[in-house]
Amino acid sequence: MNSEIETDVLIIGAGPVGLFAVFELGLLDLKCHVVDILDRAGGQCTELYPEKPIYDIPGLPEVTGQQLVSNLLKQIAPFDPQFHFGRIVSGVSRKPDGSFAVTTDAGDRFAAKVVVIAAGGGSFQPKRPPIPGIEEYEGGSVFYAVRQIEAFRDEDVIVVGGGDSALDWTLNLHKVARSVTLVHRRPEFRAAPDSVNQMTALRETGKIGFEVGQVSALTGRNGELTAVTIKSDEGEKTIAATRLLPFFGLTMKLGPVAQWGLNLERNLIAVDTEKFQTSENGIFAIGDINAYPGKLKLILSGFHEAALMAQEAKRIVDPDQRVIFQYTTSSTALQKKLKAA
Amino acid sequence: MHINVTDQKGKRHRLEALPGFRVMEIIRDWGLDIKAECGGACACATCHVHVGEQWTGSLIAPLEEEIDRLDEAFDVTADSRLSCQLIMSEELDGLEVTLAPGTEKDRAAA
Repeated sequence: MNSEIETDVLIIGAGPVGLFAVFELGLLDLKCHVVDILDRAGGQCTELYPEKPIYDIPGLPEVTGQQLVSNLLKQIAPFDPQFHFGRIVSGVSRKPDGSFAVTTDAGDRFAAKVVVIAAGGGSFQPKRPPIPGIEEYEGGSVFYAVRQIEAFRDEDVIVVGGGDSALDWTLNLHKVARSVTLVHRRPEFRAAPDSVNQMTALRETGKIGFEVGQVSALTGRNGELTAVTIKSDEGEKTIAATRLLPFFGLTMKLGPVAQWGLNLERNLIAVDTEKFQTSENGIFAIGDINAYPGKLKLILSGFHEAALMAQEAKRIVDPDQRVIFQYTTSSTALQKKLKAA
Repeated sequence: MHINVTDQKGKRHRLEALPGFRVMEIIRDWGLDIKAECGGACACATCHVHVGEQWTGSLIAPLEEEIDRLDEAFDVTADSRLSCQLIMSEELDGLEVTLAPGTEKDRAAA
């Protein structure tokens, strides 16, 4: 167990809204730690559309997802946020003193006076193919990531997909597996050309198998896979398999947040529109993950929500301190914090 | 102007459509179960539809980006399209599409 990290604010989600929350909280002298399941900042902006232009950020006529995130990281740098990537917040509970104990699946422990949920559409998780009964095999025969190569030694492995993950694992696992068969819906791949060339060479020398088609059924018992059925234009064929690795990209899922006892509305977190506080005092929800009358899922709405949330967060963290409203343009105190003065 | 959408449970819906809107946006706006989580950026494949046979010829051919993205969809066939890439027009009045498996809001994650 890691030692406990104390922080004013623990932000869940390093997307644009979580990042801007660091700024608004920072202006009020609140220190932030930020947790995200991805391995870098940006959330949907960098994961789904890094190169796509966004046209509705005030003052930026056209900006790509990646540019926006890079600019936000620059904007919040003076506040030195501490990022914890590649982990999911698993639990939030209130301590006797009113602050929160927050834990992650990586064993981190935080003591936070305020928790801000800026988790967008939820945490990014692998897509589960809609193959009947696939859930029964998950964790035993079906995996969405390779954590230990040894788990595939001497197994008959089916890798499904046409991107970098599918190709990389095909190339790596064929060295230890009894057999590896790559299954993809078409003979073209969108993976790195070098990986495609290596895979083609292995295929031509018979070291791996390749099937054009899609997995339509699984055969096995007690969670142990014995064969998969592959459907293609030529019909169906069944091949022996003890491991299946589907790589269809990521999708968002609300995840553990749903179990924290907060009031939910259709899988979103209900908040007020004054403070963007949830049904628990001290836990806020901003950005795409919240719900209130008239809500628009826009980045700019999330920015506004962050600013109002920060005012109340400040009152919780420093109840005796009077919050004086100031502009960054004219306040030398704020400019000092931004290291601009 | 309208489109006909068969949902994942097999129920057919006749939806009023406006020209210039993406078919995904029309389906979402009428409250059908469609994840469409990237919002129309051709980045997630969770708005995948099968287009009625008689309509495939009326559609603008997919860009390479859309074909690549269909690799992350399920049950992909020759009539598969991402509905965020189909823009509603007079020629598509009466378009028939079926929401593909894996487009449900709650089901797709492991």
